[in-house]
Amino acid sequence: MTVAADVLEIDDALAQYDPVMGLEVHVELNTKSKMFCGCPTEFGAPPNTQTCPVCLGLPGALPVVNARGVESAIKIGLALNCEIAEWCRFARKNYFYPDMPKNFQTSQYDEPIAFNGWTEVVVDGETYRIEIERAHMEEDTGKSTHVGGATGRIHGASHSLVDYNRAGIPLIEIVTKTIEVPGEKAAAVARAYVSMLRDLLLALGVSDVRMDQGSLRCDANVSLKPRGSSTLGTRTETKNVNSFRSVERAITYEITRQAAVLSSGGKVVQETRHWHEDTGVTTSGREKSDADDYRYFPEPDLVPVAPSREWVEELRATLPEAPSVRRARLQEDWGFTDLEMRDVINGNALEPIVATVELGVTPAAAKKWWLGELARSANESGQELDALGVGPEQVAEVQKLVDEGTLNDKLARQVFEGLLAGEGTPAEIIEKRGLALVSDDSALIEAIDRAIAANPDVVEKVNSGKPAAAGALIGAVMKDMRGQADAAKVRQLLNEKLGI
Amino acid sequence: MTDLTRKTAAELAELMTSGQASSVEVTQAHLDRIAAVDGDVHAFLHVDAEGALAQAKAVDTKRAAGEQLAPLAGVPLALKDVLTQEGVPTTAGSKILEGWKPPYDSTVVKRLKAAGIVILGKTNMDEFAMGSSTENSAYGTTHNPWDLSRIPGGSGGGSSAAISAYEAPLAIGTDTGGSIRQPGAFTGTVGVKPTYGGTSRYGLIALASSLDTPGPCARTTLDAALLHEAIAGYDPMDSTSINQPVPAVVEAARDGDVAGLRIGVVKELGGEGYQPGVEARFHEAVELLTKLGAEVVEVSCPHFEYALPAYYLILPSEASSNLARFDAMRYGLRVGDNGENSAEKVTSLTREAGFGAEVKRRIILGTHALSSGYYDAYYGQAQKVRTLIARDFAKAYEQVDVLVSPATPTTAFAIGDRIDDPIAMYKNDLCTIPSNLAGNAAASFPCGLADEDGLPVGFHVMAPVMRDDLCYQVGAALESALAEQWGGVLMTKAPELGVTR
Repeated sequence: MTVAADVLEIDDALAQYDPVMGLEVHVELNTKSKMFCGCPTEFGAPPNTQTCPVCLGLPGALPVVNARGVESAIKIGLALNCEIAEWCRFARKNYFYPDMPKNFQTSQYDEPIAFNGWTEVVVDGETYRIEIERAHMEEDTGKSTHVGGATGRIHGASHSLVDYNRAGIPLIEIVTKTIEVPGEKAAAVARAYVSMLRDLLLALGVSDVRMDQGSLRCDANVSLKPRGSSTLGTRTETKNVNSFRSVERAITYEITRQAAVLSSGGKVVQETRHWHEDTGVTTSGREKSDADDYRYFPEPDLVPVAPSREWVEELRATLPEAPSVRRARLQEDWGFTDLEMRDVINGNALEPIVATVELGVTPAAAKKWWLGELARSANESGQELDALGVGPEQVAEVQKLVDEGTLNDKLARQVFEGLLAGEGTPAEIIEKRGLALVSDDSALIEAIDRAIAANPDVVEKVNSGKPAAAGALIGAVMKDMRGQADAAKVRQLLNEKLGI
Repeated sequence: MTDLTRKTAAELAELMTSGQASSVEVTQAHLDRIAAVDGDVHAFLHVDAEGALAQAKAVDTKRAAGEQLAPLAGVPLALKDVLTQEGVPTTAGSKILEGWKPPYDSTVVKRLKAAGIVILGKTNMDEFAMGSSTENSAYGTTHNPWDLSRIPGGSGGGSSAAISAYEAPLAIGTDTGGSIRQPGAFTGTVGVKPTYGGTSRYGLIALASSLDTPGPCARTTLDAALLHEAIAGYDPMDSTSINQPVPAVVEAARDGDVAGLRIGVVKELGGEGYQPGVEARFHEAVELLTKLGAEVVEVSCPHFEYALPAYYLILPSEASSNLARFDAMRYGLRVGDNGENSAEKVTSLTREAGFGAEVKRRIILGTHALSSGYYDAYYGQAQKVRTLIARDFAKAYEQVDVLVSPATPTTAFAIGDRIDDPIAMYKNDLCTIPSNLAGNAAASFPCGLADEDGLPVGFHVMAPVMRDDLCYQVGAALESALAEQWGGVLMTKAPELGVTR
């Protein structure tokens, strides 16, 4: 008996199967107090210091809805082109877990606050429409820490600690309808969607979207169907994929894993899977079936939420520009071609460029540095662009030095190299690496003289009426100056020297 | 000095206001009475003598300083053990909460304290208020002061027995399907279930969230109204609380005029299954109200017949979820935590050991009723019945101002009589449940003793949402007319309890 490979190559997988995805994103809102009580929501406080009878689920305690949480939910719904319920209720999702104080989660079930929406993402210049099933309000659970095991997971742990500071933090769960896009784009579309959501949530001001603090968490449902088939396959749900890059990697992994299972005649098990950032694989978690029964029923401790149409319209009026509209406006303002804009978006460089342009840098220069230097470097090192440690302020500082003639592009690249290596401020890097342009004419004239002396044939050509040949001399001078010369200045001096 | 425990709350308040008694004296008299009789009655699970006397002393000090005090300041009260009181053991009659001292006051307790009402202790009840006899208490059964071999009703049997045994002039109960009114009827006292949302549930250990209502227990209508006024009113901590002024219950209790009031006798709540002595007293009371000028008609509420089955789907469904929090993780009983067992196992062992049979029965029932595939047929259908019952009420209130019925089909039964027959036990609440399902106001007032057993009968008045005052109106009229016949309120006919110590 041969053992089937764990995964297929992605190309082989996509040659046989079409992936179908569904994404559930949980967003922690940045309200000052929790969803159903007055406890503060600050991240990082000592364990169990931000609790009260309500969020600890003490006997007798009752929830009261945080109006600001409802407002944020409506804004998110509107920004995702959803309908906003005229009347909806909270529901109890019943299941036992020690980090859930009441052993039910106050959530919404068949009456979400927002539903039937859509949004768009752009991948490789193509626009993909994502249908939004719903966005609903719920509360977060406490946070369990499993102690004594090797992996930090519950398996093998000797005991667990629970911090209820997180219990009751308002969450919005945003659920897409099934996403079916060409297989080779699927993972990238998912990534673009989550990335777009982050930008949107930040623009709405409803969440801090700190993925490192878990304030945006993505569960990715993936299933495969034979190419061209319309029958949906069995899905898996990969939980807590917590970076854009992981979304793409986890989905790609699941496609290749499920393809291997199916192509060897096996069946995909409907289950929850865990994503391992370090090894880049998912592993089986809890087996999940349709028999999972949360015994939802309307939360009798809360009254229905019935946002007035006036309020909804007021909130709609406060929404920032939609991302697609904004992109079109920026492209026009900046004078970028479609192709250039596509590169910017694919490189996740839109927001950094906006910020850099706001600091006075021309769009073209901002794009050059962000895409040419920084995005390339991020890509090479497998990092997110915003994790590089180089921000719009530094890019603007370097460009200012270029504009002033202290640096040319080539030297500027070396400054970026220094910045990425953490060598200090641009000024310090110029100092340490000795990168400033030579502006001393006499030094340049000496170099020009050396170039003329070393290249009599070129001088001959120039003198015989071919001034374009002088470029070779400029190159020689620049080489001589180890790049630390202003090429325009060199040309000017050379021309004077050669009398052209 | 006359026995302070025989005074009504209103009389005690008057004695204290006029300087004839101090709250410490009044409180001590009741503590003495508890010490004397509670060995037989077992109304209390916990007596907080020290806390009560401290509270009483504080009221006396304020009064001496000339501070303006609330009407019931200094009057003692017995609190049903289902409401949290900071630092005082609160069990809801369950082993699973044994030893738990809540870190916070329920809204009812906050208001009692603000009104200067002295809390003597916590009263016995069926576990998590599931029952009609207190026999489901994990801490023993309360005995009916009228006949110690009988149950005092439930779930709030402790509260009603305490006032009936003169251990307290006032008590707080909670009514989910009749838990204030049925014990009131069985002990010859007044029990009022306010409009749902009229009194706050914050700090009430939930049985069924959409039904639970705290309310007053007392020996007279006026006392009940005074207590009602002290605890009622909007509470922002309870989302289902009604943001409207408290109905004028005290005024209604003082007024007691039913001339021209339209009273509907509910056709469906009587006849087969009703004890003859109960029906006799009920109809006499209706006659009396007619003589006082009320217009009495018969009214049909055809869906009341489905109230009991609907109630026994909605209540367990909500309870199964409300009681899920008792998992041994944060408070209360913890069984099997030996360093080997998983959290899940500890939860399971704790619930096995900590919950009584009736609680388990209802958790299983409710879990089943909410399960996918059964939800629509059970919980969903029950909610529809609930709507139909509310419509029956609405339609009836187009014709009449209040509805009346016996409070219970029978008088208090013997301890052990129905404990093995849940359905017979559940039928106790036939008359009281519809008001919980519709959320309207209802109350039970004493209307005499049944001929066959000499035990108290309750007269049940149901009024529209936020018309609690109408219940008091009728109760006060009946009370004064009957007192004239009897030469005092019904309680004066209660047998004297042997002093056990």
